[in-house]
Amino acid sequence: MNLMLLFLGAVLVNNFVLSKFLGICAFLGVSKRIETSLGMGAAVTFVMGLASMMSYIVYRYILVPLKLEYLYTLAFILVIAALVQFVEMVIQKMSPSLYSALGVYLPLITTNCAVLGVAILNMQKNYTLIESIINGVGGAIGFTLVMVLFAGIRERIENNDILESFKGLPIALVTAGFMAIAFLGFQNLIK
Amino acid sequence: MNAFKERLKAGIVVDNPTFVQVLGMCPTLAVTTSVINSIGMGLATTVVLVFSNLAISLLRKFIPSKIRIPAFIVVIASFVTIIDLLLQAYMAELHASLGLFIPLIVVNCIILGRAEAYASKNKPLPSAFDGLGMGLGFTLSLSVIGMIRELLGAGQLFGITVMPAFYHPPIIMILAPGAFFTLGTLMAIINTLKARKHKEAQK
Repeated sequence: MNLMLLFLGAVLVNNFVLSKFLGICAFLGVSKRIETSLGMGAAVTFVMGLASMMSYIVYRYILVPLKLEYLYTLAFILVIAALVQFVEMVIQKMSPSLYSALGVYLPLITTNCAVLGVAILNMQKNYTLIESIINGVGGAIGFTLVMVLFAGIRERIENNDILESFKGLPIALVTAGFMAIAFLGFQNLIK
Repeated sequence: MNAFKERLKAGIVVDNPTFVQVLGMCPTLAVTTSVINSIGMGLATTVVLVFSNLAISLLRKFIPSKIRIPAFIVVIASFVTIIDLLLQAYMAELHASLGLFIPLIVVNCIILGRAEAYASKNKPLPSAFDGLGMGLGFTLSLSVIGMIRELLGAGQLFGITVMPAFYHPPIIMILAPGAFFTLGTLMAIINTLKARKHKEAQK
């Protein structure tokens, strides 16, 4: 039950993009089309689940026994970079069709702050292995959800008649602001 | 000396990381709830930028180009860890309010971007100045956003109430949506100014 609440909380209440401001670059960068945002979302979900698991293992079984906890930033970013590289190679070998669909997004994920962010959050909140993975996957699904919704709105905005100076990024940011207001509504869903 | 001035101007005005290059959006939106937080974040990033640019520029002939990105990230992460520990020791309050976003300086695209675009191709001193210019440009942009949000959302500046008593601050400006609205509106204003300048130049 608690795990279910944690999952829902990660998807809706503490949404990575709209309430924690993590992964904004990817959110604004690849949300012009619904298909691309789905692809990016799938890649992020995959990497974030794995990263939550690997960073937990590295922290608990390598950094803590060696009393090197303060090196967590360095350790986590290396884990993530290596993981992204590894996932890229595995997908390329196992499923070329998936690779051609996700390929372009994979290298971008290393610098997606949501991935490093979730690893650090899991560590700060002392989550167990299972909780870490659920928080990671839930957060990534929330990220995908918001990005796909946002892409849908952006596709429509493109055909609208808007002020010249608001074209492009400014209108996208204002739209994201309204979405954030909508997501504030989930705030009291979980006490 | 002119070259240094030119780097500073590039960072603060011409290639402003926030408003022109649109990089490092996460901290820009997340920590600008007050001016103090904005300046703290901006200066922490500036210090990391100056030192990482300097170090990468000094190492540029030794780093093989194939593994340059991981190498840059390790250099940057080391400086971020130093800043993280220093803030924790000497400015605990600021460290607590910036929280997660201090370790996340590592993945701020501005820093990796400058390492790749400038420091890995230029001499150490200009690279350090490039980092200083970009960092100050980032700090300035964050402070402007922070000032607007703090003034509208809390009626305060630097934690001191400045708005008259009848002003009821809309809390939404301090919450997440306010960040998006402020940045969107500022960018629209900049677009308008640019369009006007462009028109005048054509006349």
